[in-house]
Amino acid sequence: MELRKDYFADVRKDGLHEIGQPRPRLDSPGHVTGKTAYFADRNFPGMLHLKMVRSPHHHARIRSIDTSEAEKHPGVVKILTAKDVPHNVYTILILIQIGPEDETVLADGKVRWKGEAVVAVLAETERAAQEAAAKVKVDYEVLPAVFDMEEALKPGAPLVNEYHGQNYYLYDSGECRKVRFGDVEAGFAGADHILEQSYQSSPIEHAPTETTGCVVVPESNDRFTCYTNTQAMFFTLDNASIILQMPGSKLHFVGGTVGGGFGGKVDVIVEPIAILAAKLTGRPVCFIYSREEEMQISSPRAAEKVVIKDGVMKDGRIVARKVTGYTDAGAYSRHSPYGAQKGAAHYPGPYTIPNVWIDTYCVYTNRTPSSAMRGFGVTIGDFALEVQMDKLARLIGMDPLEFRFINAYRDGDMKAHRQPTEGAALIECMQEASRAANWPVAEKYMAMSSYRKEA
Amino acid sequence: MAKVPVQFMLNGSEKAEFVESGTTLLNALRDKIGDTSPKGGCHQGTCGACSVIIDGELRLSCLTLAETCIGADIKTTAGLAEGGVLHPLQRAFLDAFATQCGFCTPGMIMAAKVLLDRTPNPSREDVVEALSGNICRCTGYEPIIQAVLLAARANSQNAA
Repeated sequence: MELRKDYFADVRKDGLHEIGQPRPRLDSPGHVTGKTAYFADRNFPGMLHLKMVRSPHHHARIRSIDTSEAEKHPGVVKILTAKDVPHNVYTILILIQIGPEDETVLADGKVRWKGEAVVAVLAETERAAQEAAAKVKVDYEVLPAVFDMEEALKPGAPLVNEYHGQNYYLYDSGECRKVRFGDVEAGFAGADHILEQSYQSSPIEHAPTETTGCVVVPESNDRFTCYTNTQAMFFTLDNASIILQMPGSKLHFVGGTVGGGFGGKVDVIVEPIAILAAKLTGRPVCFIYSREEEMQISSPRAAEKVVIKDGVMKDGRIVARKVTGYTDAGAYSRHSPYGAQKGAAHYPGPYTIPNVWIDTYCVYTNRTPSSAMRGFGVTIGDFALEVQMDKLARLIGMDPLEFRFINAYRDGDMKAHRQPTEGAALIECMQEASRAANWPVAEKYMAMSSYRKEA
Repeated sequence: MAKVPVQFMLNGSEKAEFVESGTTLLNALRDKIGDTSPKGGCHQGTCGACSVIIDGELRLSCLTLAETCIGADIKTTAGLAEGGVLHPLQRAFLDAFATQCGFCTPGMIMAAKVLLDRTPNPSREDVVEALSGNICRCTGYEPIIQAVLLAARANSQNAA
């Protein structure tokens, strides 16, 4: 597509001489020669392999754990359970005061999702670790589980996570994040049409080609070097420091080379237990997810449900929008309270609507804990909003692109969450899309601007 | 576990190692010999990141037992540049912005090399077919396809 430099020419200071020009990536020479060092490309003499014993149940009480047969397996060096972890209950976002701590490094007394880590086995080879893990006997009392967000929010639903005490994240605003702008009921009362629709999505796995993992090496002076493919170096360092009750100065993290992440490698899962294992054995430790673990164990994008009710006028103006969003965190918070909160700010979409009401819930279920993935909190919302926009346009017999021009946010408009719009470019993007897609709109829309209101 | 001796040519050099019977070529190359250019993405033959060339054929090293490679001629992406000069495919992957995270790149280059060795002037369809066993999660494939076509053009210009 042609690069258009005329947009915003009177307000832009740059010359746009970089865009459209090839620029070599700094890391490409390593990639094409095979010299780029991913964490798993580090091999150390005497390195042990860590494998997890995982819960086969969605929700169960652990009656007992018997590791005696596994300990006798040839090649096994160490077996770790919850009691070995200095600060076993943690939550990633505690660093930004989003608590309570609600997740265990190794399950303690209970498992809350199928696949939860219960026992860590360290052995001389990956194969020995795998075989020994199969010999760990865990006696479970299976508990009722809940997999549906609306079921989880009903009174009497099985309680997923005792650290929360209820099946939703308690924000300072209450059971959900709330945005209130104008008078939504008055907006509906004055609308020509009302349209209420419900949209749902399933969890989505990032499926990076390189699976999650790390290699930890005990150094002199009780320090540990952790080679990791985390996408969140300092989150991981600080959380490891909390979990291990070890000053950050003892931890040296080496990373930044990630074989695909897409948000799937921002959780702090493999590093703390691998550092602990290196500390307790005095040997290098490799903990890398199998492909099966990457697909089944690593956090996916959350399942979401979005209920949108809109009031629209025959002339195309949306006058009221009420959204209830549900984010399925699975059994633990990880990054989901943040994602659900982001949705609350985002749900009006890039449109200026005078009356808005938004509630977003972060719900706990006995599903695999979800977390970050490319635009989490807004991606599924955008799908729902734009499908809704098409349906609204059809309802009033208007061209869907012209309908969006009428409602597009523009500089100076107040958004529902009280941030004034700045630097909007939606109108210009739609003008270009109209040309590129050969989808003509009326001339008055092609004359609009995001930052100049027409007289 | 019984150890077996294996001996083969790797990128023109003779290599000899003792490995446990059942060791994959991928693990032998990475853990024993120290060539980490083939990557382990799935260890079940579905992602192509471990692709190497054995006696001129594209092979998945995660599904190939090291002990079946005795006497073989094995090539990996680590051995492709000659005297510090990048192979035309490596050059093209650089110039066409065909790498992002880079994890699939060595396997992609191996698959593309086998194609160009046999079909110096491939069609786009030939390229797509040749790369169909290699998964990339970053690029959307198009820059990789363009890189292989670019390398083919560069080769034919050099030959002319």
